Amino acid sequence: MYSYIVKRLLMLLPTLIGAAILIFILLRLVPGDVCDLKFGGEGSYADPEQIRQCQDRLGISNPFYIQFWDYMVGFFTLDLGVSMWTNQPVGYEIAIRFELSLQVAIMATLTSVVIALPLGVISAAKQNTMVDYVVRAFSIAGIAMPSFWLGILIILGLLITTQAWFGRSWMPPIIYTPIWVDPVANLSQLIWPALATGYRYSAVATRMTRSAMLEVLREDYVRTARAKGLMEKVIVNKHALKNAMLPVVTIIGIEFAFLMGGLVVTEQVFNLNGLGKLFVAAVSQSDYTLTQALVMLVVTIFVLMNFLVDMLYAWLDPRIRYS
Amino acid sequence: MAVHSDTRFEANAASTDMFGKETTVMKQRLTRLAGAVAFGAALAVGAGAQAATPEYGGELRVVVGSDIPSYDGHIESTFGMIHPIRPFYSLLIRINPDNPSSPTDFVCDLCVGAVPEPTNDGKTYTFKIRKGVKFQDGQILTSADIKATFDKLFAPPEGIASNRKAYFAMIDRIETPDDETVVFQLKFPSGTFIPSIAMPFNFVYSKKDLETNGYTWHQTNINGTGPFRFAEHIQGSHVKGVKNPDYYHKGMPYLDGYTSIIAPKMSVRLQAIRGGQADIEFRGFPPKARDDLVKALGDKITVQESDWNCVLIVTPNHKMKPFDDPRVRRALSLAVDRYSGSEYLSKIAIVKTVGGVGFPGHPLASSPEYLEKNIAGYGRDIEANRAEAKRLLKEAGQENLKFTLHNRGVDQPYKVVGTWLIDQWKHVGLNVEQWVQPSTPFYATLRKQKDFQVSLDFNCQAVVNPIADISKFLPSGGANYAEFEDAELESIYKELLKTGDVKKQKELVQKYEKRVLDDLTSQFITLWWYKINPYRSYVNGWKIAPSHYLNQSLENIWIDKAEYKRQVGG
Repeated sequence: MYSYIVKRLLMLLPTLIGAAILIFILLRLVPGDVCDLKFGGEGSYADPEQIRQCQDRLGISNPFYIQFWDYMVGFFTLDLGVSMWTNQPVGYEIAIRFELSLQVAIMATLTSVVIALPLGVISAAKQNTMVDYVVRAFSIAGIAMPSFWLGILIILGLLITTQAWFGRSWMPPIIYTPIWVDPVANLSQLIWPALATGYRYSAVATRMTRSAMLEVLREDYVRTARAKGLMEKVIVNKHALKNAMLPVVTIIGIEFAFLMGGLVVTEQVFNLNGLGKLFVAAVSQSDYTLTQALVMLVVTIFVLMNFLVDMLYAWLDPRIRYS
Repeated sequence: MAVHSDTRFEANAASTDMFGKETTVMKQRLTRLAGAVAFGAALAVGAGAQAATPEYGGELRVVVGSDIPSYDGHIESTFGMIHPIRPFYSLLIRINPDNPSSPTDFVCDLCVGAVPEPTNDGKTYTFKIRKGVKFQDGQILTSADIKATFDKLFAPPEGIASNRKAYFAMIDRIETPDDETVVFQLKFPSGTFIPSIAMPFNFVYSKKDLETNGYTWHQTNINGTGPFRFAEHIQGSHVKGVKNPDYYHKGMPYLDGYTSIIAPKMSVRLQAIRGGQADIEFRGFPPKARDDLVKALGDKITVQESDWNCVLIVTPNHKMKPFDDPRVRRALSLAVDRYSGSEYLSKIAIVKTVGGVGFPGHPLASSPEYLEKNIAGYGRDIEANRAEAKRLLKEAGQENLKFTLHNRGVDQPYKVVGTWLIDQWKHVGLNVEQWVQPSTPFYATLRKQKDFQVSLDFNCQAVVNPIADISKFLPSGGANYAEFEDAELESIYKELLKTGDVKKQKELVQKYEKRVLDDLTSQFITLWWYKINPYRSYVNGWKIAPSHYLNQSLENIWIDKAEYKRQVGG
């Protein structure tokens, strides 16, 4: 078991190095750089000398191999560098947004699980009934609807309904308040994006739960349990559900990792100062150091989530052993 | 269909300009919009006519569509820095905050009295500095701080950047005979000196800060003398300022503080105003957004509109065939119906005004009548223009010309105007495709690759300063991407820079304009931008300027508390 964990952790390294090389090359394939944009981006006169100074200061004018060497040294010494756009340490830029993204990811995952598991189980247990059809329609609608679009609808709905009911339009706050400072303000901002994204991801998980449950419910041991006269509720909840969870846990794990850095558009729609919005800003500003660090962060989260999911497999199915 | 009133008060203000004469300034439209016709006019008149007394207190919530690269005005050029940071700083002189729509009305900020008239044949300007002005850390401002600031701007030490250096080419040296006097000695008389000094980016820094902390310290630190003091900045989220109790303009600011909320998506900014999470946005919304807000909120919204010192320019690449042929370039300009474009595009995009190279309405700009008679593409008879365009294309052997219009991947107004241009050119048989790039590669194409055929470019400036602004069209100007050279144009501009005589300046600007837009058609103008600022009607005291960089100190803004309570609650 321990050797398996060590092996998996060691495998993280080549994955990260591969991602680092790829993002380094891809970023530099795009013409232009942060200095061009910073000093001439508003159509104003940009002194070429000033742009050159900026490029020298940021190391962009160095040959690629020197830039790559500096990047790799920073990578192995965990020195993320300074944002080329704001001059602030990259670690600081990420840290102030991590908390918000983590909270939204947790809330959206919880929303997804709370919706997906009961609906998936009910849908499987009541296969080909009206209940099943309604659940399937609900989940297909979730897959079809992008979460940012649902987010826009939620905001418009809030604006219109509050105007109609209270005479004043209201929308969620657009400045983040930590939950320990003001839980009401915090939840009134984050509950809506969590619902919008949670519903989207619950749709995938609902369908996965349903199909996994249907498969398990046809297993011999379930038939045996029924033949022994066990109650259907016990069969489903105690004997079938846990065994049907393997693919569902995989989906939820991947979704959580995606939510940490992938809420690019939803964060824009709700003006959340999270990692997704930072990603957009970093890429559009050609901020190499920040983009590279964010990509590495997301890769790390993905690899760690996959690792955690693997660990959960053994708990869910004792037949699985690691060697 | 719902009908909304649109009662406009057009105030043609009179002001004493920098040339020392009464000038009718560009019209400022203060638009008060009400939800229904019957109420609309009455509310608008009522609100517009009341002689309101400013109230103290409250916090202004401003939404800003761009992030802050650094706090240093001397190197930045984005409104994303100006809107949140300008209220912490002062300027030596500025545009008149009570008459910001005038492009020529400048007043003292850190100096006292009127903006000085030049002496010594237009080569010396002497400013008297206010006494007792305090920086946020308690330092007292003296003339040495003004000198250190402008020395940094016009002649920064080796290795230190200044994005404004080119604007101060006329400065020879700065002297400080005493703590309250600053003397600017110019190399030659210049019509651009006063507007350049008044630029909102020229934050006055403390000499001690520069000497002790270095010339890059202000990129990440704030210590100013403005109406507000820096309180907090959360990267990517917001900036907070609180009232400066030591502010030298007595009685101001009215607000207790303000929060600049960073919101890159326009829909968020719009909905934030509608949903009571923000009060105002200073850059400007497109007409549809204004109409949506007015429709939703009726009399809770005030709208101010103005011509905007930004212009979209068509830039043919003279090194790419057939755009090296002036007949082809002229045909492109002749094919464009600017007047109908103004009428229809102004309903969907932030463009409106037909003009030449100078900001429309400025004393140095050409009148509409002059443009109509003298410049290709400005004649009212579009059929005749297009017939001439077809003739020129035929003569050049380019009747069925196909080319690509390079454009910036931003909707307002670039992509809208780009699409319109393609349609205009179709009328003379041209087949044009649009090549849209995000901002970074867009500039790389213009400045480095230079592999475009025709590009849509723009010129967006702060203080209206036509002599400096039109350097955009100069081959050696540094921001001209048309890839050509013209000795005559350079010579006209050189002469223009060194004359202090206004009449002569106007003649030279027109000569320059004729050369750019007509003789060479080296580049040509589409439409000037049009600024629309809808905001909550409890916000008072702010007046629109012809630039989103101007009048952003927030000192004269106040909140009508009763109205705020009615609209937002609390």
